[in-house]
Amino acid sequence: MAQEYKLILKHADAPGYTPDIECYLRQGGYDALKKALAIQPKDLADGKKLSGPEQIREDVKVSGLRGRGGAGFSCGLKWSFVDRKSGKPIYLICNADESEPGTFKDRQIIHKDPHQLIEGMIISCFANDVKLAYIYIRGEMPEGAKILNQALKEARAKNFLGKNILGTGYDLEMHVHRGAGAYICGEETGLIESLEGKRPYPRIKPPYFPAILGLWMCPTIVNNVETLCNVKHIVTMGGAEFAKLGTPNNTGTRIVSLSGHVKRPGYYEIEVGKATLRELLYDKNFGGGLRDGRQLKAIIPGGSSSKVLKAGEKFKLKKKDAEGKEILVETDMLDLPYDFDSLAQAGTMSGSSAIIVMDDSVDIVKALANLSEFYAHESCGQCTPCREGSLWMNKTLQRLTHGEGRASDADYLGKIADNIPGGRTICAFGEACSWPVQSFLAKFKDEFVAKGAADEDRRAKEVSAPEQKQLEAAHH
Amino acid sequence: MSTAATTETKPAAPAIEKIKVKVDGREIEVPRLIADWSGKLTPTTMIQACELAKTDVPHYCWHPKLPISGNCRMCLVEFGTPALGPDRKPVMNPDGTPKIAKSPRPAIACATPISPGMEIYTKTPAVKQMREGVLESLLINHPLDCPICDQAGECKLQEYSVDYGQSQSRFVEAKVHKPKAVDLGPRIMLDAERCILCTRCIRFTRDVAHDDALGIINRGSYNTIATFPGMPFDNNYTLNTVDVCPVGALTSKDFRFQMRAWFLKETKSVCTSCATGCSILIGSREEKIYRYTPRDNDAVNASWMCDAGRLNYKWIGRADRLKDVLVRGQKSTWTAALNEVSDKLKQAPAGSVAIIASARQTNEELWLLSKLKAKLGAVSDSIARIGAADKLLVCDDKNPNFNGARLTGMCFTEAGINLAQIANGIEQGKITTLIVFGENLVKHGVSAKVLGEKETISEVVEQHSLTAELLAKLDTLIVSDILPNETTKLAHYVLPGCAHAEKRGTFTNTDGRVQKFMKAVEAPGDARAEWEFLHDLVHNVTGQNRFVTIEGLFNQMAKEVSAFNGLTWQALGDTGVTVQI
Ligand SMILES: Cc1cc2nc3c(=O)[nH]c(=O)nc-3n(C[C@H](O)[C@H](O)[C@H](O)COP(=O)(O)O)c2cc1C
Ligand code: SF4
Ligand code: SF4
Ligand code: SF4
Ligand code: FES
Repeated sequence: MAQEYKLILKHADAPGYTPDIECYLRQGGYDALKKALAIQPKDLADGKKLSGPEQIREDVKVSGLRGRGGAGFSCGLKWSFVDRKSGKPIYLICNADESEPGTFKDRQIIHKDPHQLIEGMIISCFANDVKLAYIYIRGEMPEGAKILNQALKEARAKNFLGKNILGTGYDLEMHVHRGAGAYICGEETGLIESLEGKRPYPRIKPPYFPAILGLWMCPTIVNNVETLCNVKHIVTMGGAEFAKLGTPNNTGTRIVSLSGHVKRPGYYEIEVGKATLRELLYDKNFGGGLRDGRQLKAIIPGGSSSKVLKAGEKFKLKKKDAEGKEILVETDMLDLPYDFDSLAQAGTMSGSSAIIVMDDSVDIVKALANLSEFYAHESCGQCTPCREGSLWMNKTLQRLTHGEGRASDADYLGKIADNIPGGRTICAFGEACSWPVQSFLAKFKDEFVAKGAADEDRRAKEVSAPEQKQLEAAHH
Repeated sequence: MSTAATTETKPAAPAIEKIKVKVDGREIEVPRLIADWSGKLTPTTMIQACELAKTDVPHYCWHPKLPISGNCRMCLVEFGTPALGPDRKPVMNPDGTPKIAKSPRPAIACATPISPGMEIYTKTPAVKQMREGVLESLLINHPLDCPICDQAGECKLQEYSVDYGQSQSRFVEAKVHKPKAVDLGPRIMLDAERCILCTRCIRFTRDVAHDDALGIINRGSYNTIATFPGMPFDNNYTLNTVDVCPVGALTSKDFRFQMRAWFLKETKSVCTSCATGCSILIGSREEKIYRYTPRDNDAVNASWMCDAGRLNYKWIGRADRLKDVLVRGQKSTWTAALNEVSDKLKQAPAGSVAIIASARQTNEELWLLSKLKAKLGAVSDSIARIGAADKLLVCDDKNPNFNGARLTGMCFTEAGINLAQIANGIEQGKITTLIVFGENLVKHGVSAKVLGEKETISEVVEQHSLTAELLAKLDTLIVSDILPNETTKLAHYVLPGCAHAEKRGTFTNTDGRVQKFMKAVEAPGDARAEWEFLHDLVHNVTGQNRFVTIEGLFNQMAKEVSAFNGLTWQALGDTGVTVQI
């Protein structure tokens, strides 16, 4: 039976565990930092030396760590893109904007175990020659910002931050920056613009890849809160050991935010791919099943932007047979292992690892209208397809959920959505706002058509009733 | 003296590597680097390569003279690059051509650099569909009030709608409504509903005019261009945003509702409000000028002009223009007046004539005056006009052709240094005839005594001691001007001249750029181009050949004036030639 595996959340919910540094130190806090700072240069076969930071970067590659923010991009690879020859400072930014609907994992770390994040960040900064780092925290989390500022103060007092950290000669400063309440500030280049004091308009890539032209046009690393915490554990365990957690190419653990129609919504840390969606929904360790008497209708598996999965859907998953040959195995959506690659094979994504469960009480059109309203409100409006498309989709869906629908609206909506994704927009918000619409329509089209048709029927009757009276009057 | 002084002052461009790309199947060679909006060499983009391949890529936000923003998505194209094998070597087709890996995602042509062997596809069904999608999106909330829009006829939205639009919109929702007549500043109105949020205006004022005055408020489809609260959009370059605005969202208060753009005749000309000499187009209809707009000239003004210069055209149409030839206050004819003046000048003893030329006259006119000067042994000078300069275009010299006056010998390195000598000459009765072109001497004339008490140069720069009392001592005062003033009132002969918009000619700007300008409108009444009657006068007085055309006149001048050696009217082209000054 699938179990929780608490690596990142090992202490957070333990009785008596507090966010202050003393508590953290009692649990071996900052030992990983000390270990990282003490790594000696390693001699290579070709006579060259590998510095401590370089060894950490190598180890992060070995660990197979993939970003926990949404895209699941290899952390080691991302770090390797950083332009280290530009002569400009390198910045690191922790993306703590956590705004993807359904997601509530980063805030657990920030509120309950802030020093774990800070330690992970200091190590990541050390590994990348970063002298100045920022934590960009969502504006709606004022308490989190307070806790982080307090934690930074404590870390400074203990010389884990500041000048000449623990006598190693390494200097690092770190600041908390609060957002002002926009989802798009979670997109890394929008975040950078916001941090620079501007409107969070995501940047065009090329040329503005953060690793080359990021904050203040300097090379910049942007990583999610959970990703950075993992770096601490990679240093503690060693990359190879870390890679044994989870499944191949889907290493480590993930904190899953489970919400919607399950008995036990909440956050659960699992080894990546070691639990299926069925286990996450139904096991008593996790969701504990749907509400009594209810059937599963759909799952949004990776935050509101991911494509919806319909109950009973089947997918062909690539698996290795006994001889190691690749075979395709028909898999029910509930039996998808919860990891990056299986969900990608099912045409969706694990995104921010937020599962939203919908049972058969859900009006699927209303559910989509709700999401669509969010996206119409959050589009930054910089580029044409997303700016106009996101509101157009929402207007259509609001009409459809307010008695003004047409049977043809399903096709109409689909055409609007098709004009947004696939590289037509500046940032992935284009996909985020159109994928839900495309997938809801692809899988529940009949419900959209039926709703529109019912509206048309009703309106036809409303019109004909007075007409009927007039006719009758004329006959008398 | 005839060594070629007429060299382009651009430094020789360093050799730039060329690379081969294909645009819609046609191979072309393009430089790997091209000057970007600021003139810096940067990797060539797809849109620049397509431009070199003469393939039009529709675009809204991209502007060659503004930083790239990539927001409209109209320029999306498909592309492919040579496929690389596991050995990082190109994979070949059976026929020996490199195999192209087509990108699964499109790219914006305006921001994507080209690479060797790249193939750009601008005409595929997918590209067409993407353009239609963008255009449809831009139009759903657009008011479509073309019949009353000032941009109609010059509107990119109209233009591309014809090329890529669907005749019938699917949109059945309520449109987003935004403010329609927003007063952005003293010269600019915004119709926020027409705005397609391309941010050209923002980038212009922030990155070119260095006044970060415009921005966007709200979110998503409600986005609206705005100024900071209580801070009007008011710098000396605001009207350029009207030019860069691809639709009718920004309008010039001066021009709005005055004239449909397609009725305007456009004439290539030059701004005369300072020595920068921005290249402009004069928009006119039925002998009336409606607007000036900047004309591209990388050697002078890029694509811009200042608001002050742009709006300085109304005096040309003033009702009180000098329209009659006057001889001692009586209306006369050109023939009669010129004959009289010619006779007087022919009889004038050497040294008894002085000439005050204007640095607002053309090179040709000044050169003709220099012929008179030589024949009559006259003292000459002109009047300086000095004001404030800025870092972008505006020059502190407010005369358009001081260099012309200097190079033709009508004044010296500093304008005005001969004025005292002329005043003395008149005072002492040695100078009895004064020829004045385009300068109202009386306005700046103060007595020598007062002048002597002034302390700073800036106080005296435009002043001199040629007062009305002094001018009254002259036997003959010949004045040519455009508008009446105190000096024309004193003149024995008034010869009504033309604004630059009413004639052809050339100016030499502060950097030595010789630019020609063409005639946009007819002069009122009997007013005549100065070069025409000066030419008659010079012929009468000196017996020199007639050059009936402006071309002939210019070319002859170019032969005789060393700074202009080698120039021809023809070779000046539309943007001029820089000479050594
Ligand atoms: C619209 C949008 C919103 C995003 N919001 C967040 C967010 O709130 N938190 C986050 O970590 N990443 C977010 N991302 C992903 C970031 O752009 C970026 O990929 C991530 O921070 C990289 O960190 P990682 O590699 O550690 O996952 C968002 C992306 C998009 C397109
Ligand atoms: S895709 Fe949407 S959110 Fe992203 S830049 Fe464009 S308008 Fe803004
Ligand atoms: S006002 Fe014009 S130039 Fe400015 S953003 Fe709108 S459409 Fe573009
Ligand atoms: S800068 Fe000078 S020449 Fe150019 S528009 Fe302004 S006044 Fe005219
Ligand atoms: S021209 Fe607007 S995105 Fe390229």
